[in-house]
This record gives sequence, structure tokens and C-alpha cells, in this order.
Amino acid sequence: MSDKPELTMKERLKLPPMDMPQQDPGERIHNVNEVPTGYTLEMAQAEARRCIQCKRPFCTEGCPVGVDIPGFVKLIEDGDLAAAVAKIKETNLLPAVCGRVCPQEEQCQLACTVGKAQKDPTKSVNIGRLERFLADWEREQGEIPLPPRPAPSGKKVAVVGGGPAGLTLAGDLVRHGHEITVFEAFHKAGGVLVYGIPEFRLPKAIVQKEVDYLERLGVTFKYNFVVGKTAPMKEIVDEYDAVFVGTGAGLPRFMRIPGENLLGVYSANEYLTRANLMGAYSFPETDTPIIKGKKVATIGGGNVAMDCARTALRMGAEKSLIIYRRAEEQMPARLEEIHHAKEEGVAFHTLQNPVRFIGNDEGWLTGVELLKMELGEPDASGRRSPVPVEGSEFIEDIDAVIVAIGNSPNPLVPRDFPELEVTRWGGIVANENTMQTNIPGVFAGGDIVLGAATVILAMGHGRAAARAINMYLSSGRWSDLEEALSTDRADVR
Amino acid sequence: MHPLLEHTVLGPNVHLYRFEAPDVARYRKPGQFVIVRISDHGERIPLTIADVDRDEGSITLIVQAVGKTTLEMAQLKAGDSIPDICGPLGEPTHIEKVGNVLCVGGGIGTAPLFPVTRAMKEIGNHVTSILGARNKDLLILEEQMKGVSDELIITTDDGSYGMKGVVTDAIKKLVQEDGRQFDQCICMGPPIMMKFVSLLTKELEIPCLVSLNPIMVDGTGMCGGCRVTVGDETKFACVDGPEFDGHLVDFDEMMARLTMYKTNEHDSLEHYMGESGCRLENAVKREGDK
Repeated sequence: MSDKPELTMKERLKLPPMDMPQQDPGERIHNVNEVPTGYTLEMAQAEARRCIQCKRPFCTEGCPVGVDIPGFVKLIEDGDLAAAVAKIKETNLLPAVCGRVCPQEEQCQLACTVGKAQKDPTKSVNIGRLERFLADWEREQGEIPLPPRPAPSGKKVAVVGGGPAGLTLAGDLVRHGHEITVFEAFHKAGGVLVYGIPEFRLPKAIVQKEVDYLERLGVTFKYNFVVGKTAPMKEIVDEYDAVFVGTGAGLPRFMRIPGENLLGVYSANEYLTRANLMGAYSFPETDTPIIKGKKVATIGGGNVAMDCARTALRMGAEKSLIIYRRAEEQMPARLEEIHHAKEEGVAFHTLQNPVRFIGNDEGWLTGVELLKMELGEPDASGRRSPVPVEGSEFIEDIDAVIVAIGNSPNPLVPRDFPELEVTRWGGIVANENTMQTNIPGVFAGGDIVLGAATVILAMGHGRAAARAINMYLSSGRWSDLEEALSTDRADVR
Repeated sequence: MHPLLEHTVLGPNVHLYRFEAPDVARYRKPGQFVIVRISDHGERIPLTIADVDRDEGSITLIVQAVGKTTLEMAQLKAGDSIPDICGPLGEPTHIEKVGNVLCVGGGIGTAPLFPVTRAMKEIGNHVTSILGARNKDLLILEEQMKGVSDELIITTDDGSYGMKGVVTDAIKKLVQEDGRQFDQCICMGPPIMMKFVSLLTKELEIPCLVSLNPIMVDGTGMCGGCRVTVGDETKFACVDGPEFDGHLVDFDEMMARLTMYKTNEHDSLEHYMGESGCRLENAVKREGDK
């Protein structure tokens, strides 16, 4: 397909990055469709030509699951899209998801030589956009053909939690002939991919397609099954040859300030779950309501806060504010998310911290009392921490608040199975290479181990655990599993 | 999918459903609840479990048809199925032999109270039950409660059956006039009733457990929508409850939070009525006439 003559490295480095078309901000705040609309084949090939095919691919080293990035990019350039998809899927089962929600600018694209050569990481090859392009192309080709079914191993693996870690692990292990059962508390699988990340960032049909594919591969999903409640964890541990716990960081943190239980105050989890998983944006076509404030404040500066503030606009808020106690440069959200939020008109109120929520006689939120902050001296970590400005309190009229200041590990499994070793903050303790817990046969990964982190890191955990579980099931080794894996590393790729 | 095995109308707007749900039935204990979704565009609603049949793999729910979802549910016939029943959720009731137990139920709160009463009786407590209703027709599970209580007192607001008055009148009579002693009160019913029973038992120095039913989404501690103030702490009813020390619950806050979606609920019902036309309107009318 590519009839262009082979380019020199110099020529490649001169090619400008290819923008991805997106919906106009004024238009998109009135719908929940995806914001960036994706590359065309021509755009993808133009972007692929920017890759200089480094001998030592730093991009791959920067990827938590080690995707052969130069390999798939070259195949796009050559026009062999089917081979390119296959190349990604050797190591990443969920490219449609990762192409959209991975923080590439901190991983593969940060390490990219093209960006480094130009001393500007924003000039790196747009690896994420290429990945997304391929996954979307594959989806448009109709039903994805199944690989031949492996011979049954006779081993049973339980996956507790159908989020990114669990889905990755299930996909990896089912290929080895193990019988996989995913226990999912919700009525749909995907975890944060379906309840948390908004439709306009990750269309739910894409996640469903990935789940359908796993089902076709032979993975069993048991929905509405809350391990620790529907059945005790102990029973699952006894019945299965190996268990992976990937129950996520599903316990919302609140501010612990007066008025937090007023009507109109949400946790980010509740707000996003209502809007996304339960489809409240289509209410009353769907049955789940959501409070559509006129002036909505989201507290926090991470990606989840951006998702909430942007969702509020789509729910019809006239004004959507981000309230963050530090400065904008210190926000943990991805630059792209901050940029999209600003484009859409989200107002950034930085260096402000809520001290109390104010309500009316009926218990409805009417305002937030805020305290101005300033940046103090750098602390031990080198970060300038915010300090209150004495007497700077003021009241902002607000009729809905979304608290997006983070999540703690979900306590249901550890509470039900106290033998499992947990950290002081409630996360499960797991070996960082093998994801083994202190209980033989039980592995854990994703946010239940990391605290609230990212989708790709959870997927990396799922992948590492799959490898360890596979070794454990075939060798029966536990106490020296890590050692067994390191000697086995040679034949993994 | 969960087939509906039985649907019986117990009284005006009060429906008994027996669903196939073997996974829920297996480990459910008294005091626990389920989250139900009756259609693919449905909301997730928490419902307390009135009973289970492990051999059959079924659970019994007693539900008042008040909003869009519960009215739609009332249209289900035996043989129909609903997509989702999740559970059992919440902490089970702490069943212990304490001596004299007072079980107080109001409205459909009697449904979850029944298995708790039975368990309290089976473990060897002397059980006095009080059931309150606005009138005789609204009373449910009288025979069942009689079967698991040492004595049963009925109160109706209009005096159409049993003692005229409310449940707190009956408690006052037992304690203040008859000089009876109780070691534990368990109260399940409308929030306003639980509030006044809690206030009275606090005065009478009888420990009082109440079962709260706030608005929930996931039921696993993830959303925090069900948060209630208990003492000086915020608790999540789904994972810390649903039962709490009634003397410590901030009922006014809880009742306010239950009204959060009042306007939306109205819109949802209007929308549903418009869609399903007079079929449902007639059904609602029928319900009202009963």
C-alpha cells in the first residue's frame, strides 16, 4: 500500500506531528460522543512515518506491558493493518482502551527518541493515537476471528473483579487452556472502564466488545457476584486452583468537613457511575436520575476531577468549576485532560480549599465556603505545599458539588478474608513481580494493591500475575515462584 | 436472568415477589438486602430480603409500589424474568440471646423484620412483637409474625384493628403501664417511625437497632450515596449497615437525603406513564382503589 520511497531518518524527523480531529468544544458539551474522532488511514500512515525505528526502542521500555511499538508502527506505515493489530495484541489485549486512556506522555511518548531529538515530548510520535487507530480499524472489520482453542489444562482460576487488571489476566490465562471465571459485582464488566471513565472519553460499546471477545474465548463472567458477600472468599480460594483479586480502589474519600451529607454533594464515584454505567445522561429514557446543578463545583485536580467537571457540562450545567487547593502546575491530571476541560469552558479555581458546605432549610446545598491558599516553602519532597491565607474565607454559590479527591482500596475482600495481609491504608500486600499475596494460590493486582493509579498499570499487574499464575499452575511452585519465573523469562517473548 | 416464581398482592400497593436467585439464597442471613435492576435501562434499587428458600434457590421480596421502578415491577407476572439481583449485601443482624426482645415493625418494614424476629426467637429470646399500620388493610405478615413471637400486638392509626394508636403508644403502655422490661428493641419501618421509636427507647434506656434503607447505587461501598451520620461518624449503610444503633442515627438528615430525587422520580413516572399509556395508569388506579 505504501508506495512512498523509503525515507531517511533526517526526513522523518522533519515531519510534523499529525493532529487528531476532534469535535468542536461548543458542540461537544451538548452530547456524550467521543471528543477526538480518530485518525484516518492517511493520517495514521503520515504519523507512522515519523517513527525512526530505533534499534533500542525506549518507547517499548516505557510501556508497562512492553508493546513492540516500532514493530506495529512500521506495519501501519507499510499498510499491513491486520499484522499491526496482531503485533500489539501479542502483549496488549485492550488496545482500543489503552489508545484512549493511557498517559502516553508519561510512558512510551516520554521516552520516544523523536521527541527527545527535538527536545519537546509533545513532538514525539503519537503512539497512543496510532494504537487507537488500529483498534478502531479492527473493530470495523466485523467479528474478530478467534485463535484456535488451546487444550484444556484442567485448572480453574477465579478472577475477583472484572476491571482492567482482571480482564487482562483473564485474556492471558484463557489462552493457556485454564478455565477462567470472573466474579463481577456490577451487572456489567469493565470496572472503572464502564463506571468511571466517561462515554466521551471511552465509548462503552468498545469496552463491551472487549468483554464479548473474552467471552467468546471461553471466559465465564458471573455478574452481580460480590465475593465476600455472595460467597465467602474462603470458598473461592478452596474451590479454585488460583485466585486473582483485582477489586480496585472503590471506596471514595470525602473531605470530612461540615455539610458533606447535604443534598447535592456527590462523590466522584457516585456521580460518574450514575452518568456512565447507569446512563443518567439519558434520563428519563433510563431510570437513574442525577442532580443537574446549574453551577457545579468539582473538588480535586486529577483526571477523575476533569471527567466530573466535563460530565457536569454535558448534564447541562451552566457553569462547571474545578476547585483545587494547589496551583495548576501541580495538578496530577494529564495535560490533555486539562486542555480539553478548559476548551469546554470549565473554570479553574486553583489555590482554594473548601472549609464547609452550606445548605438551606431542606438540606440542599447552596454554597461552599472556600479558603484561599498560597504556595509555601518546598517540603521534604521538594513540592511547594499550599498554606492557608489567614482570614481569606469567602462563599461561592454552588448547587452541586462533586468530591474527587481520591479513593481507598475496596475493603470487602480483606474484611471477609482477614488472613490476607494488608497495608496500613488497606491495600493488599503483593510481590511486585509475581503479584503473590501471603496466601498460597492467591494473587492480587491493580488498584487494590497500588491505591488509585492508572488503567495501564493495573493491566501491567494483570499481565504479571497471569504469567506467575501460569507458572504456579504448571509447576506447583510457590515459595520460589519468582525465581522460577526469572529463569523462565527467556521463552516469554 | 431471574425468573419470577410467584407474585402475590398482599395489600394496597404491597406486593410479594418470589424470585429464583440461588446465589443470593445460599449465604443470605437475616438483615441483609439485595440490589435489583428490573430492565436493561433500569435503576439499581436496594430491597430488603423477607425470606429465602435454599432448596428452591429462591428469595422473597416484599415491595411497596411507590415509584416508577416499583410500579413497573408490579406489572411483572409469574414466569417473567428480571436481569439483575445482586447480593446478599450488608452486614447481617447480630443474633444473640439477650433475654426479652421487642420487635417493632411498620408498613413493609415488617418484611425484613420477620426473618430477624424468627432468628431472635429461635436462639431463645422471649419475643414481643408490635406491628403498626395506618389501617387493617395495610397490615402484612400478621400470621407469620404471630408464629415467631411469644406475643403480638397490633396498632392501627384509625383503630380499625388492634389497639388504636401508633407503635410508640404500645411501647409506652408495655413499659410504663405494665412495667415490662426489654433488653433489646429492633425496629424496621418508615424512617419517621424508626425516629420516634429510637427517641422513645433512648428515654426508656432500651438499646434499639434500626434498619436503614437509603438511596444506593452499587451497594458495595463504592459510591457513598447511602452515607448516614451515626454518632459523629459518617457511615455507609450498604457496607457498615444497614442496621445501626437507632439512638445515634441522624434521622432528619437521612430523611432529607431520601428526598434527593423527588422531582426526578416524578418525571420518571410521568415519562413511563406516557410511554406505557393507560395500561399503567389503570394499574396505578387499581392499586389505589384496593
